[in-house]
Amino acid sequence: MTAQIAAGATEESLHRATPEQRRARTVGILLLLLAAFVLWIFGLGVESTDTSTFNLSLPGAKYENIKWEVDSRMLSAILAAVIAFLGGLVLRRTYLRWTNVALAISLALTALSFLTWAAAGKSFSLVGMLVSTVVLSIPVTLGALSGLMCERVAVINISIEGQLLTSAFVGTIVGSAANIWIGFIAAVLVGALLGAVLAVLAIRYHIDQIIAGVVINIFALGLTSFLARRVLTAAPELNSPGRFASAKIPFFGDIPVIGPMFFDQNMFVYATFILVIVIHFGLFYTRWGLRSRSVGEHPKAADTVGIDVHKTRYRNVILGGCIAGLGGAFLTLSQVSRFEENLTAGIGFIGLAAMIFGRWMPFGALAAGLVFGFARALQQKLGILGTPIPSEFLSMLPYIVTIIVVAGVVGKSRPPAADGQPYIKQ
Amino acid sequence: MELALSGITKQFPGVLANDDVNLEVSGGEILALLGENGAGKSTLMNILYGLYTPTAGEIRIDGTARQFDGPGDAIEAGIGMVHQHFMLVPVFTVAENVMLGNEPTKRFGWLDLQRARKTVREISSRYNLDVDPDAIIEDLPVGLQQRVEIIKVLARQANVLVFDEPTSVLTPTEVVGFVEIMNGLKADGKAIIFISHKLTESLELADRIVIMRRGRTVAEVTPANMDEEKLAELMVGRPVDLVVNKTPAKPGEVVLSVENLVVLDDRDKRMVDGVSFEVAAGEIVGIAGVQGNGQTEIVEAITGLRPSLGGYVKLKGEDITTASARSIHKRNVAHVPEDRQRSGLVLPFSVTENIVLDSYYEEPISNGVRMDWPAAQEQATRLVEQYDVRTPGIDVAVSTLSGGNQQKVIVAREFDRDVTFVVASQPTRGIDVGSIEYIHSQIVGERDQGAAVLIVSSELEEIMALSDRIIVMFEGRIAGEFDSSATRTEIGLAMLGSRPEEITS
Repeated sequence: MTAQIAAGATEESLHRATPEQRRARTVGILLLLLAAFVLWIFGLGVESTDTSTFNLSLPGAKYENIKWEVDSRMLSAILAAVIAFLGGLVLRRTYLRWTNVALAISLALTALSFLTWAAAGKSFSLVGMLVSTVVLSIPVTLGALSGLMCERVAVINISIEGQLLTSAFVGTIVGSAANIWIGFIAAVLVGALLGAVLAVLAIRYHIDQIIAGVVINIFALGLTSFLARRVLTAAPELNSPGRFASAKIPFFGDIPVIGPMFFDQNMFVYATFILVIVIHFGLFYTRWGLRSRSVGEHPKAADTVGIDVHKTRYRNVILGGCIAGLGGAFLTLSQVSRFEENLTAGIGFIGLAAMIFGRWMPFGALAAGLVFGFARALQQKLGILGTPIPSEFLSMLPYIVTIIVVAGVVGKSRPPAADGQPYIKQ
Repeated sequence: MELALSGITKQFPGVLANDDVNLEVSGGEILALLGENGAGKSTLMNILYGLYTPTAGEIRIDGTARQFDGPGDAIEAGIGMVHQHFMLVPVFTVAENVMLGNEPTKRFGWLDLQRARKTVREISSRYNLDVDPDAIIEDLPVGLQQRVEIIKVLARQANVLVFDEPTSVLTPTEVVGFVEIMNGLKADGKAIIFISHKLTESLELADRIVIMRRGRTVAEVTPANMDEEKLAELMVGRPVDLVVNKTPAKPGEVVLSVENLVVLDDRDKRMVDGVSFEVAAGEIVGIAGVQGNGQTEIVEAITGLRPSLGGYVKLKGEDITTASARSIHKRNVAHVPEDRQRSGLVLPFSVTENIVLDSYYEEPISNGVRMDWPAAQEQATRLVEQYDVRTPGIDVAVSTLSGGNQQKVIVAREFDRDVTFVVASQPTRGIDVGSIEYIHSQIVGERDQGAAVLIVSSELEEIMALSDRIIVMFEGRIAGEFDSSATRTEIGLAMLGSRPEEITS
């Protein structure tokens, strides 16, 4: 007998590390470096007497003047110690599944330390920034939801950017010419229309979905830029659609910090939260969701039990377009109230990244949207605070966060199994 | 319950897949539809299930003609199909898969999971299937997945059940359980059609056997007055040699030795868990086991296609554990991969290009920069001739060849050297009997010329016919080792993970 029967390998015989262990080692070392960085730059980079003041209420709020004053150097030192501790835990590699949690906590603590450093010796409206975070997260979350609706039925929607841009444009013009509500409806319909174009190209003609999406993006950018220059310059009255006012929810709106973030916003913000909940329960608890997911995971299995794969895909991709249309409407009918060339500047692509970061789950999309919203809010507020960091670097921040998140933090996540593949019946 | 297919003809571009086929089956009967790959069995069943529209002919159920425009119509008419490649969504639970397309709902399309679970439990207990409605499909062994497919079909009130190659994924013991299920369904008055190319089980299971060849039904027989040789002859159209002719092995020095190997799959699951064995020159070692017990990963680790986590692979005493696939290939290792279409061939490439796929970078096919196409064509012509590849020419895309001839192209490419070690995975999966005979004789030929041979196959018959020594794998470990005199039952038990001592007692 040369074969050794039924003996499992002992742990000592495993002389090569698993990918998970290698990852934990890398993350652990990175966290230790991060801790050193936080201590050295943010901790020792301020005067020892400096205090940072964080305002936790907005001027004119019901409960005014809530403040948090803290010794800048001390706080960063504590945060650095916590990060180093987490890094050490990860390096021990006993709890591999907590690697990502440790990483996420450490990044959040780093952000806090960074704010302490930036606000050293000054006063900083933390709640203002958190409100901006929510507002700026809306188009990203809606973009991610749009992508999620499509990818759950295995159609890759890379044209979210184009859908946002075109809807924003049409929303502006129709909103200015008629009224803001009709503009809003027009924006959603245009999103649906572009969704339908993508659906026809991808489902009916089996065109590579990435290429179809890129074509729609280029088309949207070219068309809106051309029309903006021709029409909006000649008739500037078509470029002022007005804004949806915010509607404060009684009682909840007065809660410090949480109130202004979530309960004193306009209807787009509320609509986004409701959509996240509706799509989550729809996907996982209804017939529509079960069938949609089956079409995205194993379209042939869906077909053999009598589900119309193509119809399901058309419906969801068009719905995805509507959601992107809502995001586009938000950009010009709520945020800035005028259209400019390439107004979206990549928000649609960040939305796509948020979808991946959120692992194709609606609440994941929301959380990822908030992370990106935070990065953009940080960029804006730091510009006001005046830090030694050049503004060009600050404007890169959301995109850098995108790269880090997609390349490093996500780890292995699993897209729908049939993602991107056309379904061809024999 | 009477189902009749009459005059079914299906014309695909360039191929007449079904030619005036007639078939009847009634409730309480098991019908075997026997034929080689490409005989038109699956086409016929796909027509019955509404996946294809027939060019001519009609389907009658209890005397009324029915037309199926899609599986939905067939399901409604009481026809259910268990596909060879299961139609289950891997990330869904059993209950979700069973209710898909036929969902019990409350208001607003809200899924009634309780009712779906109840349906699964009821059918499961009625036919003794023992399936947990909340298990996730991808965590279940194949035998249980098949039962989920059966529940799925029964939940739709099917009266005719079609099984496409139902036993090809099962262990011998699971087959016993499957036969019981089939008989339970039969006793319940269901009509059963099962598609197969296996002679033994058709004889054992069926009440009636219909044999198809080249799109036509060529014979209808009852198992009572049939034996395997006669069936094989009807199926292939000529007398067939069912046993592999070979002399006893004369094992020489050890060529391949695997020590304590540990390998992960793509999802970081430990598929090979401390496996050690040796293969000597001049012997064929077969690895038996149900698919998915680590065989794929072992072969990939040996051939340098997958890194291993622990242990060693040695070829003639030399450590090749971390060597690249090319450097292993250059040590005269021949590899016939498991999936010829995905990893054995470049399908759109010509026969010539596929034949030089392992030597395109060196003399005489190229000088390192420029390809010498005449030399490549010369080599292709010689090998096509020598290995009996039936192809219209060496410049046609290899995708147009039949499965058997595609496999011969791979064998020609891999064996046309002074091979010291052969590893062949599923060497005859899905190919015709003639090519099976040929490839088996080539493998035995390599052994007789002194090569060490490792065969992996999920067909136990193939392992038993070819091997001089058999290793059984179960859940990433070696569950038993046998010489060529071992019986089917002994090996079958080991494939289920029984301990060796239990087998011998």
